[in-house]
Amino acid sequence: MSLPTIDLSPLKRADRWQPAELAFWFLPVLAYFVFPENLVLLSQIAIMALFCLSLDLILGYAGIVSLGHAAFFGVGAYAAGLLASQGFGDPLMGLLVAALVSAVLGFVCSFLVLRGTDLTRLMVTLGVAMMLYEVANKLTFITGGVDGLQGIEMKPILGQFRFDLYGKTAYWYVLVILFSLFWVARKLVHSPFGLSLKGIRLNVGRMPAIGAPVNARLSAVYTIGAAYAGVAGALLAQTTQFVALDVLSFNRSAELMLILVLGGSGRLYGALVGTIVFMTAHHLLSDINPEYWQFWLGALLVLIVLFARDGVMGGLQRLMKRLSRNKVEAAQ
Amino acid sequence: MTILFDGIASGMLLFLISVGLSVTLGLMNFVNLAHGAFAMVGGYVCVTLLNQLGVPFLLSLPLAGLLTALVGVIFERTLYRRLYSATHLDQVLFSIGLVFMSMATAHYFFGPQQQPLTLPDFLRGQIKLPGLDMGVYRLFLIVLSLAIAFGLQRMVSGTRFGAQLRASVDNPRAARGVGINVERIFTLTFALGSGLAGLGGALGVEMLGLDPGFPVKYLVYFLIVVAVGGSGSITGSLVASLVLGVVDVVGKYYVPQVGAFVIYAVMVVMLVLRPQGLFGRRAAH
Repeated sequence: MSLPTIDLSPLKRADRWQPAELAFWFLPVLAYFVFPENLVLLSQIAIMALFCLSLDLILGYAGIVSLGHAAFFGVGAYAAGLLASQGFGDPLMGLLVAALVSAVLGFVCSFLVLRGTDLTRLMVTLGVAMMLYEVANKLTFITGGVDGLQGIEMKPILGQFRFDLYGKTAYWYVLVILFSLFWVARKLVHSPFGLSLKGIRLNVGRMPAIGAPVNARLSAVYTIGAAYAGVAGALLAQTTQFVALDVLSFNRSAELMLILVLGGSGRLYGALVGTIVFMTAHHLLSDINPEYWQFWLGALLVLIVLFARDGVMGGLQRLMKRLSRNKVEAAQ
Repeated sequence: MTILFDGIASGMLLFLISVGLSVTLGLMNFVNLAHGAFAMVGGYVCVTLLNQLGVPFLLSLPLAGLLTALVGVIFERTLYRRLYSATHLDQVLFSIGLVFMSMATAHYFFGPQQQPLTLPDFLRGQIKLPGLDMGVYRLFLIVLSLAIAFGLQRMVSGTRFGAQLRASVDNPRAARGVGINVERIFTLTFALGSGLAGLGGALGVEMLGLDPGFPVKYLVYFLIVVAVGGSGSITGSLVASLVLGVVDVVGKYYVPQVGAFVIYAVMVVMLVLRPQGLFGRRAAH
């Protein structure tokens, strides 16, 4: 009697880089030459994309709902900011420390989050973020409170590349970090670990039956997501040389969720595309009328939930499918 | 003593606003983060009636409640209804969207500043007792809220509507089977919940203030009441609101440097230890 064999090649193929992906990553390089005036905005988009990626890992892949993901972003930002303002201004070390601190916090929080239902998770994540916000608000002598953390001075990256006034170095720095972490995340979600996360999201009851330790997996991915968010926060602190209290705010967590859903969750590129669309729209619309931008944001959110649950990437995917079907029909 | 009294008053206010949430979130299992927006609607309605149209305060309170209930019905029939069976994530996103829209709308019509509210003369002033200064308005608030709490409790446990509501929530399918119009019950309940939120919002202008940031500023407080009080339990909400109100006021008075930290910490610990709340009953599925 032989064991049944399953063809795993589609899973392996999914890991291969496709031409469209390479083309996508060419865009930020192109953007550098096309919009040399807007490098600061472009860096912000890249940072937000990394932050969104971290939420995609825990929400899109593992299905953990979170209303307080800004907690890790903020902790990372403060960690890197404080380190730099104390004279340890090496950027890469800052990132590493921020990632570690956020990861530890994420690991501890994961035990709180794993208990209970969606509703409990929402409130616990929200509560943790609000607690940190209050702490940062009150510990004025460390964090600067509402005035923000100032006096961050960065050393050149690897002792070579100095941060310049136009944000050129900052842009490449952020971009390289984003790409490397994206590459890792891509490996991760296509690995057996990533597939088991998908399994947990789709049917949490059956995963233990095939030998997947559900809680350990969720806790691991939550820690990784927290570390990613921490790095994003650290990048923001380092490139703007300032940490505002707003990094921990509820609005940031809510906005992040919106971006992810806008792009389409559970498919890495959704996080990136969502961020690009959102930040560009924000930039353009808030120039027109900054105060009522929030209204359209809300309306967009309601419309997405009611009519377009899989976001921009889902829409694109459907479009591609229809196009290819038409092609097949035309050939016949 | 005076601080304790103020704490009780703010707790009662909290109860009025969040008891509706305890029903939608706890019993109907809908994560409605936009609940604070309904309270804000009530507040603005009351302020407009009072300041612009010169309606007396005591009349503008019930009007604020009614109008908010009406808004609640409209939203329930057109939007909320579609999402009763959606995932929690969708409900969260949807209601955050509503919150953002309501904040921008309030900003558009009323501007970013705090809204002024002048109480009528008979609700101002203090009653001085030995060791206790009672604000007349706060006393009014406590009495009114107690009456409403009592009425609600009677309604849920004693009337036909209450029985139908409990049946619809516990088992919508079976309730439909015995001829209860579940959709209508849900709409009415939603209206009642948002109406009470509106009334609470109107009453709260004096104590909590009113500006476009209201729905987010107090969101956590409403959620805590539901989380700690247990879902759908009126007694639970009342006790939780009172405790929260007293702790909040006393904490802000004696240890202002800690701020709201304690409240959030209590909520997280509470949720981790007793996810179903103090007086919890299981939510409907």
